[in-house]
Amino acid sequence: MTRIADAFENGKAFIPFVTCGDPDLGTTARLVRAMAAGGADLIELGIPFSDPTAEGPVIQAANERALKAGTTTDKVFDLVENLRRDVSVPMVFMTYANVVFSYGTEKFCARSREVGIQGLILPDVPFEEKGEFDATCKAHGLGLISLIAPTSEDRVARIAREASGFVYCVSSLGVTGVRSEITTDIGAMVGLVKKEKEIPCAVGFGISTPDQARKMAGHADGVIVGSAIMKLIAKHGRDAEPYVAEYVREMKEAVRG
Amino acid sequence: MNKGRFGIHGGQYIPETLMNAVIELEEAYNRFKDDPDFSRELTELFNDYAGRPSRLYFAARMTADLGGAKVYLKREDLNHTGAHKINNVLGQALLAKRMGKTRVIAETGAGQHGVATATAAALMGLECVVYMGKEDTVRQALNVYRMRLLGAEVRPVESGTGTLKDAVSETFREWTSRISDTHYVLGSVMGPHPFPTIVRDFQAVISKEIKAQTFEREGRLPDVVMACVGGGSNAIGAFYHFIGDESVRLIGCEAAGRGIDTFETAATIATGRLGIFHGMKSYFCQDEYGQIAPVYSISAGLDYPGIGPEHAWLHDTGRAEYVPVTDEEAVQAFEYLSRTEGIIPAVESAHAVAHALKIVPELGKDKIVVINISGRGDKDCAAIARYRGEDIHD
Repeated sequence: MTRIADAFENGKAFIPFVTCGDPDLGTTARLVRAMAAGGADLIELGIPFSDPTAEGPVIQAANERALKAGTTTDKVFDLVENLRRDVSVPMVFMTYANVVFSYGTEKFCARSREVGIQGLILPDVPFEEKGEFDATCKAHGLGLISLIAPTSEDRVARIAREASGFVYCVSSLGVTGVRSEITTDIGAMVGLVKKEKEIPCAVGFGISTPDQARKMAGHADGVIVGSAIMKLIAKHGRDAEPYVAEYVREMKEAVRG
Repeated sequence: MNKGRFGIHGGQYIPETLMNAVIELEEAYNRFKDDPDFSRELTELFNDYAGRPSRLYFAARMTADLGGAKVYLKREDLNHTGAHKINNVLGQALLAKRMGKTRVIAETGAGQHGVATATAAALMGLECVVYMGKEDTVRQALNVYRMRLLGAEVRPVESGTGTLKDAVSETFREWTSRISDTHYVLGSVMGPHPFPTIVRDFQAVISKEIKAQTFEREGRLPDVVMACVGGGSNAIGAFYHFIGDESVRLIGCEAAGRGIDTFETAATIATGRLGIFHGMKSYFCQDEYGQIAPVYSISAGLDYPGIGPEHAWLHDTGRAEYVPVTDEEAVQAFEYLSRTEGIIPAVESAHAVAHALKIVPELGKDKIVVINISGRGDKDCAAIARYRGEDIHD
């Protein structure tokens, strides 16, 4: 059975993100297979939301395109069901609280488990509000991934103690998007988590180049990349597969260590 | 855990990056709200700068014309900057200063909250950036100029539908990237805790005054208090001190746009359902998959797909009633109040006037109705003229 922990057993993990349905779900399916073949250790599947408040312009635009193309939560579940016939890497959903809540948290988690999803990332559900989602996730064997940010400070210990799957370390202030420089002391952030609990830490937000990825992997157990990939998809559309495959290979090579 | 709840509504559904910022805000607010120096300074600003208390005006001609209950108008339109928005903004700007913040950011729909924030920022020497939907910057060009004149920077928001909800999203995004010197002056009783409580407390001066003024004039409580509701700050301000007085009917008037049976509506209680968005659990206009619906109203200030969590709770408990009012009804009321009382109300406030036109004739002459005129209507004249087929320039 696939587990989130598997992602961290092949050297440092490379975790690509893709917004499902941009430009269409058929392309997403081909991209996910290409990512898996290219060495992705875990894949984050974004279920599009109309108002993604934690995203920068690149992923906002991807969400908009995906919704315009008619993507729905049910169609994303079907996509994953189909992918699971031949894709074995762990996969988690990244979406917003209302997408899960309005579907019915119980129904959403049950269906996620059924199609072969391992976890859930909800950027607008902080520690204080996770109760209403976490219990249902646990009941269905899903990990609700906790996030920590450069501003978390005294909150890190509490968050880490109750974390499951892995801890998503937000590299810098602001929303998702490519950054030329990351100034946060990631090593210190990861250290605070590990002091509380032995759990993998993956760094995301702002990472785009193999150099940045290599550097981040030096401080953490994995690296998450979203906007850089969605930029390739925005540029190449239905023909993005070879570009994304090559990018994932290159990034996995950089983080492997 | 699970703070800031009104029944099941409210909460703090925001990115981890902002959590310490709202905790810091809550702590600062709890420290200053009962601080005598803070209260004195705020009262001075309310009275000397904003022109409070605002008048409670007996609308004699309207009362005679409708032939039912006595109608009083709470004249928030007479406040400095022309709306109730200044109450909240002065409070939050003062709080921001006490917290050592040097910069404020805000969202705005029609521009009233943006203008009020720019005003308070000018008064208190704070840097100010206002996010406004691209479409609204066109609809409300005069307010954009006003904000710039007051020294604020106006950033048009092109994402999503380019309206109020997108301006709110973008202001949250900006706050995520710059927290240490920046306070987000949220304009309504919405968003994550503690905003719905802070904004309500600063607006509650409205009902405190209505209560005292009605006692002074009539020796008793009013029978009905009504106000328009978008996010719901003027309504909660007008309701708050009456919530415990069960005999007082509280009525919130939502913007139905072209009608609640059309997609061009912003009536959240009438057409929305429970959801989680912009930091809170409440009612939202959304589709079956939880995608937030594009909403519409002639009033840019009510053009929002959600409602504050305390209103959602007042609705659940039945303590307040929420009714939809269409564009056409609001425009008729806008014209009616202008002609009958010589008062041009904001098109937002006209939604409350419109519902009063329906219920006042049904009520006995011994009843007292208070309508909160949340703002003045100068800003809306061009849009109403266009609605009536006349083309005039802003």
